[in-house]
Amino acid sequence: MNAMTEQTLPTAPDIQPAAASGLGYFFYKVKKSPLTVAGLFIILFMLAMMLFAPWLATHDPNAIDLMYRLLPPSAEHWFGTDEVGRDIYSRIIFGSRQSISVGLFVVAVSGVIGALIGCFSGVVGGRTDRVIMRLMDVMLSVPSLVLTMALAAALGASLFNAMLAIAVVRIPYYVRLARGQALGIREMGYVKAARTFGASRWHIVSWHVIRNALPPLIVQATLDIGGTILMAAALGFIGLGAQQPTAEWGAMVATGRNYVLDQWWYSGFPGLAILITATGFNLFGDGIRDILDPKQKGK
Amino acid sequence: MAFLRMIKKRLLGLLLVVLGVSFITFAISHLIPGDPARLIAGDKASEEIVQNIREQLGLNQPLYIQYGTYLKGLATGDLGTSIRTTRPVLEDLKAFFPATLELSLVALLFASALGIPLGVISAVYKDKPIDQVVRTLAVTGISTPAFWLGLGVIVVFYGKLGLLPGGGRIDEGLTPPAAMTGFYLIDTLLQGDKAAFVSALKHILLPAFTLGFVHLGVVARQIRSAMLEQLQEDYIRTAKANGTSKWGVILHHALPNALIPSVTVIGLALGDLLYGAVLTETVFAWPGMGAYVVNSIQALDFPAVMGFAVVVSFAYVIVNLIVDMLYMLIDPRISEVS
Amino acid sequence: MTQNPVLSINDLSIEFPVYKGAVKALNGVSLHVNEGEIVGVVGESGSGKSVTSMMAMKLLPEGSYRVTQGDISILGTDIIHASEKTMRTLRGGDVAMIFQEPMTALNPTRKIGIQMTDVIRLHRRLDNDAARQLAISLLKDMHIADPESTLQRYPFELSGGMRQRVLIALAFSCNPRLIIADEPTTALDVTVQKQVLMLLKAKARELKTAILFITHDMAVVSQFCDRVYVMYAGSLVEAGSTRQVLHAPRHPYTRGLMAALPELATPGSQLQAIPGNVPDLSRLPAGCAFASRCPSRSDKCNQKPVLTSIHEATTHQVACWHPALQEELAV
Repeated sequence: MNAMTEQTLPTAPDIQPAAASGLGYFFYKVKKSPLTVAGLFIILFMLAMMLFAPWLATHDPNAIDLMYRLLPPSAEHWFGTDEVGRDIYSRIIFGSRQSISVGLFVVAVSGVIGALIGCFSGVVGGRTDRVIMRLMDVMLSVPSLVLTMALAAALGASLFNAMLAIAVVRIPYYVRLARGQALGIREMGYVKAARTFGASRWHIVSWHVIRNALPPLIVQATLDIGGTILMAAALGFIGLGAQQPTAEWGAMVATGRNYVLDQWWYSGFPGLAILITATGFNLFGDGIRDILDPKQKGK
Repeated sequence: MAFLRMIKKRLLGLLLVVLGVSFITFAISHLIPGDPARLIAGDKASEEIVQNIREQLGLNQPLYIQYGTYLKGLATGDLGTSIRTTRPVLEDLKAFFPATLELSLVALLFASALGIPLGVISAVYKDKPIDQVVRTLAVTGISTPAFWLGLGVIVVFYGKLGLLPGGGRIDEGLTPPAAMTGFYLIDTLLQGDKAAFVSALKHILLPAFTLGFVHLGVVARQIRSAMLEQLQEDYIRTAKANGTSKWGVILHHALPNALIPSVTVIGLALGDLLYGAVLTETVFAWPGMGAYVVNSIQALDFPAVMGFAVVVSFAYVIVNLIVDMLYMLIDPRISEVS
Repeated sequence: MTQNPVLSINDLSIEFPVYKGAVKALNGVSLHVNEGEIVGVVGESGSGKSVTSMMAMKLLPEGSYRVTQGDISILGTDIIHASEKTMRTLRGGDVAMIFQEPMTALNPTRKIGIQMTDVIRLHRRLDNDAARQLAISLLKDMHIADPESTLQRYPFELSGGMRQRVLIALAFSCNPRLIIADEPTTALDVTVQKQVLMLLKAKARELKTAILFITHDMAVVSQFCDRVYVMYAGSLVEAGSTRQVLHAPRHPYTRGLMAALPELATPGSQLQAIPGNVPDLSRLPAGCAFASRCPSRSDKCNQKPVLTSIHEATTHQVACWHPALQEELAV
């Protein structure tokens, strides 16, 4: 122990016993943070909703029945019906497949591509690194919402294009994160050792650097899923995302807007679904960030 | 001097950002299918008319010449002409900018006025129930779709209670104040028009709340973590060991030091608010840049979108500059050294 | 004992609950500081000496610790059960503290003058001007050449030694009966260290202020303290007058500490580090905590030794089954 640790000694978290590592400790910390647990439960609940949608839904989400349009919530239609008589509850259940998979897809795509570019850039260094990073800085300088919207509009309004647009705009964040990690790891003994043993650059990137840059990337990705779901919903809301008759939460809120003063449930429930889902991912992301990397709190 | 160096760095950054922004929006608008000339002419126009428009807009020239022309215009403050409104983009944005800025500032005021005390309380009672409540509220703020929250408050305060207007900037029966600052709240006051002021205030409450709610979470989280950091510092222990009361330590020692780094975060939030206003303005029919740009995007009016992106990025850098200067003013460690 | 203790700690045990167990930071510590006396507590990092000083002022973060036994009394006040309000009047009033890090122990964004007058006015009915005058005279006592302009400065504009003098001046501002000084000079240069200590000692003697002096440095103890306690792994292992303990250490740990000191070593002899490490405070052995590092351990050491006088007519106490004989270490 040095002088620094001694000063901070009287606060309990700083004096964890040596055994305080590993999975058991991780779960202990998770359990001590009720908000993280709440987030985890929301996520599991939503994933279950995606998987078991056909069993959970009470109606065919796309079945039009003009006899029963814009009905308030009732025993038959739990969340009411929309302007062509579709069951809003069932549409929300099936809509989870669109909205949540957008989040997962975007984060997976931008995370993997960004991480690869970032690790590559960090390991190769030199001029290649400078050019790549300059390019990323330029992309980051454009307000992300505007860039995403412009890109989605240019690609043409569809859910897939919206996902693509969001993913492209998110890439620079992962590039920066992964590069920073790669730079740090590159200087560590074991990577240098791998080099002296004749490991190729690519081998170094693919094995040591990516494996070690993974934890912070995963934290970032978890935090991003919530933001991505919101962004996709926003695009859906201004008509740049999913098109009718696809059940997508943002688009449902948008259509429901026309009826919002009298039929609040139409926009209300899909929006609530977005809110709960995004909250779940954000709570969980915050929690694991604090556990895995307490120094980064609040950044 | 540190001050001048900082300004120089920011201005250089400004140049880079404007170049970058214009390049990216230009690239998006030209490298992707979709023919603006065809769009303006309409589906039924003959190929000849379309060709004509293309020539008028310079769309038949090589891309680098088009980009060069655009940059040249940019240097003289010409952002091009909107395809949709056929007016100069700069004129359009000038007309809409004050409304957006006013909304963003009021939203920021709301977010700070509530977010700072919440953040402090949350830090002081770390891990207690109240902290969990504030943190949940903060995460909820960040996770709320602004457009949906906007609809919600419209339903409640306009639809059900009839307390507040559901959209617009001022009652339709009232004449908007003559533009002095462009902010209705200030202009109406300056001109002594009480009725117009009250109306403008009522109109801004719901959109500012909606827009501010998201940032309430950002502010509260920032203040919380800055406070937690400060509360661990040695000087806090000194203050306690000297018999300073709990809240004396919190408010007189920790908070001022926590606010210094937070100024940056809160200031930067203004930049986010400016373009975050896009969705809120759409919901509340707020006549600002946001509603303008959403309409422009839907109409594939790229000169307008580019103009918006350039102006907002410009504003973002200016906000950055102001925040940096403020930072130097309030932190003796920086200002005294320079 | 006929003297009045200003601080007395009796059989105090404190632990910090952590993942799967508790860190036993203090295990049955008893010590006292009499009026006007300068008492040292020596030990390595993690020995519990800082926890002792923080606990005496009840400055450990609320809820982070558990007092499992014992009590603390300062000037007759039961600290463990004292209200926050009582503690506030004590802190900075009758009891002052000086901390290790002069770099960070002052609020970085407030001027020295404001920080001093704030504290003074917290405990004394003085107006701003009078408080200022007092601050100036306190700084003068600390041999600060230009007190008026020092008051106008921010902490970052002062050197480490100057800052520590400011903190000491601050500690004396309300004529305390006891000052708890936690490694007050560790962060300073050796020459500055000595000056600051002498100022502290002179002022304390003048005002008859008692000092509880926390340090890891035996050499400083030898110059500064009247009595000394040696701490190891949350327990006291040796106690007595500075002369007794330093010149005739009985506990193997104290002897180890002495042998590791360049200042006190006989020229030509080799400096020795104590082999092994400080034990994990969450898994302390049932017996003597030092046993695993001790050259003279035996089966008896599986029982915990208590602090007892080495013979009837002395205040020199040691907690060891095999205390060294006096003549073994000739200093």
